[in-house]
Amino acid sequence: MFSLLGFAFVLLALGSCRGLQDNDVDQEEPELVFQSSKYGSLWPLPQKVQISDVSLKLSSSSFSITDAKESGAGPSCGLLQLAYRRYYEYIFGGAKKQKVNRSARAGPTDLLELQVWITSPDSECDGYPSVSSDESYELTVDQPFAVLKAPKVWGALHGLETFSQLIVEDEYGTKTINSTVISDFPRFAHRGVLLDTSRHFLPIKVILTNLEIMAMNKFNVFHWHIVDDPSFPYLSRTFPNLSQKGAYHPYTHVYTPADVKMVIEFARLRGIRVVSEFDTPGHTQSWGKGQTDLLTPCYSGSKPSGTFGPVNPILNSTYDFMTQFFKEISEVFPDAYVHLGGDEVSFACWQSNPDIQKFMEQQGFGQDYRKLESFYIQKLLDIVAATNKGYIIWQEVFDNGVKLKPNTVVHVWIGSGTNSEMSKVTAAGYTTILSAPWYLDYISVGQDWLKYYNVEPLNFNGTEEQKKLVIGGEACLWGEYVDATNLTPRLWPRASAVAERLWSAKEVTDTGDAYSRLSLHRCRLVERGIPAEPLSPSFCLHEYKGV
Amino acid sequence: MCSVNPGHCTLIKYIFLLLIIIHLGLNTAESVWPLPQIFIPSPERYQLKPQSFSFGYRRYLDTKHSCSVLDAAFKRYFSILFPGYSYANLITFSVATQLLFLNSYKLSVFAGQASLNAETVWGSLRGLETFSQLVYQDDLGSYYINKTEIEDYPQFNYRGILLDTSRHYLPVQAILKTLDAMAYSKFNVFHWHLVDDPSFPYQSHKFPDLSNKGAFHPVTHVYTQSDVRRVISYARMRGIRVLPEFDSPGHTKSWGKGQSELLTPCYRGATPSGTFGPVNPTLPSTYQFMLSLLKEVASVFPDPYIHLGGDEVDFSCWRSNPYIRAFMHKMGFGLDFSKLEAFYIEKIVNITSILRKTSIVWQDVFDYHERRKFLSVVEVWKQGCYLCEVRRVVKAGLRVILASPWYLDQPGPTHNWARYYNVWPLAFKGTEKQKSLVIGGEVCMWGEYVDATNLSPRLWPRASAAAERLWSNERQTSCVERAFPRLQEFRCKLLRRGIQAEPLYVGHCKHEYQSV
Repeated sequence: MFSLLGFAFVLLALGSCRGLQDNDVDQEEPELVFQSSKYGSLWPLPQKVQISDVSLKLSSSSFSITDAKESGAGPSCGLLQLAYRRYYEYIFGGAKKQKVNRSARAGPTDLLELQVWITSPDSECDGYPSVSSDESYELTVDQPFAVLKAPKVWGALHGLETFSQLIVEDEYGTKTINSTVISDFPRFAHRGVLLDTSRHFLPIKVILTNLEIMAMNKFNVFHWHIVDDPSFPYLSRTFPNLSQKGAYHPYTHVYTPADVKMVIEFARLRGIRVVSEFDTPGHTQSWGKGQTDLLTPCYSGSKPSGTFGPVNPILNSTYDFMTQFFKEISEVFPDAYVHLGGDEVSFACWQSNPDIQKFMEQQGFGQDYRKLESFYIQKLLDIVAATNKGYIIWQEVFDNGVKLKPNTVVHVWIGSGTNSEMSKVTAAGYTTILSAPWYLDYISVGQDWLKYYNVEPLNFNGTEEQKKLVIGGEACLWGEYVDATNLTPRLWPRASAVAERLWSAKEVTDTGDAYSRLSLHRCRLVERGIPAEPLSPSFCLHEYKGV
Repeated sequence: MCSVNPGHCTLIKYIFLLLIIIHLGLNTAESVWPLPQIFIPSPERYQLKPQSFSFGYRRYLDTKHSCSVLDAAFKRYFSILFPGYSYANLITFSVATQLLFLNSYKLSVFAGQASLNAETVWGSLRGLETFSQLVYQDDLGSYYINKTEIEDYPQFNYRGILLDTSRHYLPVQAILKTLDAMAYSKFNVFHWHLVDDPSFPYQSHKFPDLSNKGAFHPVTHVYTQSDVRRVISYARMRGIRVLPEFDSPGHTKSWGKGQSELLTPCYRGATPSGTFGPVNPTLPSTYQFMLSLLKEVASVFPDPYIHLGGDEVDFSCWRSNPYIRAFMHKMGFGLDFSKLEAFYIEKIVNITSILRKTSIVWQDVFDYHERRKFLSVVEVWKQGCYLCEVRRVVKAGLRVILASPWYLDQPGPTHNWARYYNVWPLAFKGTEKQKSLVIGGEVCMWGEYVDATNLSPRLWPRASAAAERLWSNERQTSCVERAFPRLQEFRCKLLRRGIQAEPLYVGHCKHEYQSV
């Protein structure tokens, strides 16, 4: 039945093709053939879906999305009203909404309304999403109304996306939806995408577009790796020199407070948290340009070499700076967590510096620079804890034996999908986020989305208790080779594979079915104006026009 | 190339560029990609004012007509030089002629004037591109150009890019955008791999069913005759040839949908299995059809060459078919199906020469065939020791286009542009005469995983690395480290011109890409 409907997508089996010959690429990869899924184009697949054969018609003139009478969120909830408008436009392709005229041509098989019903008294309409937000929803599509029930607005947003994914269009442009019952909730609470705005500056528009696409994939965390060695684009009110001197350009390549606010609000309206990362003590070359004495001067023999290393952990001024800086950050970013980085600290510069050596001696650290790193991190954690924020750190901080607070979240990035690191971190009782198998900046030929899709995050040795500590994962798109020119097609639909792994039930592993749904999902993205790259030789009814 | 050259354009020997000097200053010269053969920059600089700058003809034998290719190019380059300004006035001058090589040009920026000498309009297009790359802006937005002397010509005459519009349909707009970017890197051949197994988007007026039934969609996913004309004329205005490829006898699944009995029915045992193989080489109707189709192609595409494909023919279907086997027996081919393929290709090549076109084929045709005299140009595409193959082909006295090292559809984990730069097409043992048979190279962007969503960033600026290899002097461009900053700067120029060229490494451009 689905083959008659929707997106008229054709797949041609991969024949022998020059591109793949004489190359040691994925020979063992099974050939994926497009066969319509009974779940149509749903992505990520909801937890429970029942689709019937009864088909209902939607027309732009008679259909509307409205608040249910009993809803805990009314017309005053801007977040929902904006979402209704957004999804109406997704569904009808920006067609002008005509006056609702129900009596005129509404036939018995027409769907007239989607009623959105927020079931709890506090809809959280004006709040920010958090790691414990209720994202569940129930969707019933039936005559004459479809009803979307969700305890909070966050679930309603996901439900709207799901509803829009159920609609199919025939070749004459008629839109229909099958009578359907869905009950849905995410498997993992933390489903993130990391973007790196330091190695290349990403214009705000690119970030907003990708938040939009994240929402279409039910991602809920934008991990903003905002600064790093190459540049410091974050315009700090307290320390404006950081971007004045550390950004690629002090005016055109910075994020002003207004920009940051816009990103956070845009994300909130789509149920997405913005977790900012200010990575220290390594990865801080750009910080040094606008903040003297922050970085460690490296020595060549007995003289400073003129280069600088990680943050200087032995000066009181460092901690004064960090206190003021993170106070600002805690006020600018509403999320309950800050990512503090802590990865890849090179000890060579510290080792070269005689003052650092002296300090090591005084503290009795011997030659173990990990102890110095630990000393720094612990002071930093105290500073951040004082701002009432939780923190996330990259795994090295844990690996190096830094004393962490029990509520620390450890972000695992080294190694492949099934690694013992997950066992270790969870055995130590820390909440964990997984990224190791999802470094999307690494590219290869062919259908590498399968590689990301086939990851099972809980596939490590550990007790049930340990597995509960894994709150989710993140797809990372580091910026060495990525900027506005290629970010979107490189990220999508490859990140969509991660999205389903983090949202759908553990048992959803049929790659053939996934391939069919994902192919249609990518065509839907293209139709919504997103340059999501193709999975295989194929076509979309509406190809990308934004060339 | 010359065949698409309208008469009055060939008469132009000189182009004159008028600059108004505001003041002289000292600054380092800007860079050019691909590197000109002789490039003498100087720190002396002149300011350009958009209000008073103009292009003009110096010598013009027939002043009543203007050359449309150059008039259009003047307009184009004016807005590239000065974004936001419009080009209005055009002043003409006349001066004596000077003979130069085809495609070559001389550019001299001196004493507030620039003059560009070229034998043909195509050479002057390259010169205009170089000129546009010499102009730069200071922090206050003023435009400058340094005193410069350039003499330039391409190392190889064939500098191509292949786009595959069968595995994914590329909207005409995406093709035109690619042609723009090609001109910026001085590419001069668009190899249009129009049709293949997955779809047949070329709308033939003789055989409309080919695209009606063989395209992904008969209305939205086809190239109409007017689309094709538009591509050809757009390319011509930028000095780019359009080389059509109609690949057969393999890679033709989509042809079979609209042309019954063209493909070989495969057999399972004694009965047809319902699937089809390569073109059926045993039927006279096949050759009638091919003559008819190629006749149309020959008239639609003005280029004197046609690419006939001929790669990756799978023999299993032919082998399964009893009629084919009987034909083999009759012809005395034994069980050697490559002889059958040779039989087919030879007939198609003959048809092509009757149509007064020269044929290009993929290396498979050369490899499998004993009689090679009927071939002209062979495109080497297989990986491995590709220079060994190049050597074999030139030894047989045939011309070569090299594609093997430039398969850009394979991104590889390293993102390394240098892989496409460190290619030495003539690094094989051979005589000068043999080396002169290597007419150039081609960047291939096969379409399995590429469509309009990711074509541009996947192609640029990596294809530009190949462009310099094909245009510039090898000895002057052998160092990756020295080329890197120049390529980075060129990539920023591409962004400024609206080409979605991906970054080479960490860094920034003054004007970042603003769309998504």
